[in-house]
Amino acid sequence: MKLIVAYINPFKLDEIRDALKNAGVSGLSVSNIQGFGRQAGHTETYRGAEYEVDFVPKVRIEVLADDTLAPTIISTIETTARTGSIGDGKIAVLAVEDVIRIRTGERGRDAL
Amino acid sequence: MNTGDTAWMLTSSALVLFMTPGLALFYGGMVRAKNALGMLMKNFIAMGIVTVTWIVVGYTLAFGPDIGGGLLGGFDYFGLKDVSNVIPEDELGAIHGATVPDSVIMVFQMMFAIITPALISGAIAERMKFTAWVVFIAIWSIVVYAPMAHWVWSANGFIFKDLKAVDFAGGTVVHINAGAAALAAVLVLGPRLGFRREIIRPHALPLTLLGAGMLWFGWFGFNSGSAFAANGLAANAFIVTQIAAGVAGATWALIEHIRHGKATTLGFASGAVAGLVAITPASGFVGPVGAIVIGIAAGVICFLALQIKFKANFDDALDVVAVHLVGGVLGSLMVGLFADSELNPLTSDGLFFGGGVEQLGRQAVAVVIAFAYSFVLTWVLARILDVTMGLRATEADERRGLDLALHEEQSYVLAE
Repeated sequence: MKLIVAYINPFKLDEIRDALKNAGVSGLSVSNIQGFGRQAGHTETYRGAEYEVDFVPKVRIEVLADDTLAPTIISTIETTARTGSIGDGKIAVLAVEDVIRIRTGERGRDAL
Repeated sequence: MNTGDTAWMLTSSALVLFMTPGLALFYGGMVRAKNALGMLMKNFIAMGIVTVTWIVVGYTLAFGPDIGGGLLGGFDYFGLKDVSNVIPEDELGAIHGATVPDSVIMVFQMMFAIITPALISGAIAERMKFTAWVVFIAIWSIVVYAPMAHWVWSANGFIFKDLKAVDFAGGTVVHINAGAAALAAVLVLGPRLGFRREIIRPHALPLTLLGAGMLWFGWFGFNSGSAFAANGLAANAFIVTQIAAGVAGATWALIEHIRHGKATTLGFASGAVAGLVAITPASGFVGPVGAIVIGIAAGVICFLALQIKFKANFDDALDVVAVHLVGGVLGSLMVGLFADSELNPLTSDGLFFGGGVEQLGRQAVAVVIAFAYSFVLTWVLARILDVTMGLRATEADERRGLDLALHEEQSYVLAE
């Protein structure tokens, strides 16, 4: 089993969700995050004072998947999130030891 | 008694009270999330504390029969004694032939006494101890606000009666007074941790815009109610208030667009408030043309005044000096340019209405007196409180945020 964590541009979220649903993903989690990478920050202006803000708003997607579906999910996110511009984000893939569905107590792949 | 006038004055009193929660949100959105409730509370508490100081002693010091020289009211109305629900026959301390009961004037003026110290809270934001603030506004409302209200607004006050400077709704008493006090208070208090080194940004500008809208709405009671009657003068004040606010907001946004390429919501709201401040002393003395000029001037000059704190290096957190002190001075002086005695016989004609520089000179003297009195007394008061009880939150509390540290609450909780 894998935990796929993707950091993406917020405006890509809907497109990625639809693509993942079509690819057979039955659930995912998203959160609003801020971060910095190679993409430069931005300027914010409040009452004439300009501030250089490093942290850029991004969205983090987390998907738990079994090993057979994981490559499809990764490639779907990769192709959907890509614009070719700096700031498209990153995908991390983590090995998962166990998954538990809290309601039923199911474990492992049954809990996915 | 005139029932129409009384109905309008009671309505206006409610409108002016509504400005203080508006101010709380205006300021609350501009501070960091960890200090939002602390900011709101410093405004809301004024509605409690100053209500009490006003009914006990503030009203009588401001509007009681003069004790001599136009300097202060006596104790005749101590604890609202003899403040009647009818117009007293001797009209003791009643304002300029008012047609509404003394009690209505008392409660209308109470709302001004509440919001004026609340205005100062924007300057001392994010670092002043709540307990020190409570003591500060209680004393300030009695020692600084009440005397100045007497000088300017009591029939026998020396600025009104002898100097013949005019202030329709509070350019000196409210805005210069609060702005000068804000400057004095931050000089004693010192800057926030990280001032000019860290990025300190507004956390929720929608709250600020909501607050600005509430202020704008309430300001119709503030200015138009200052006619003390439902009459043509009230209508004039209402209209020039709208003009100045709209023009100043649009002017500020235009300057931002020219200088930074983008207009901001905070800029429009700040400009509108600056316009409202500047028209306040003038709203019963100038017509629409004067209001347009005052609006443009407020938008330009208050915007430029934002730089003062960086040049002089004092941490006026939410720009009370640039908006209220500078805007108040501007509006008070503009009365000397655009006042029209046909509109209101209480003033002489301004420079542009054939009256020469006489009224302008009177206005300038009133500005200096208001600034000097408020600045000096506030500085002394702040120093005394700093030495005795301490003005500032501890460094640890300031870093943690005043909401949790001083109020044991949070604006935004993680779940549910």
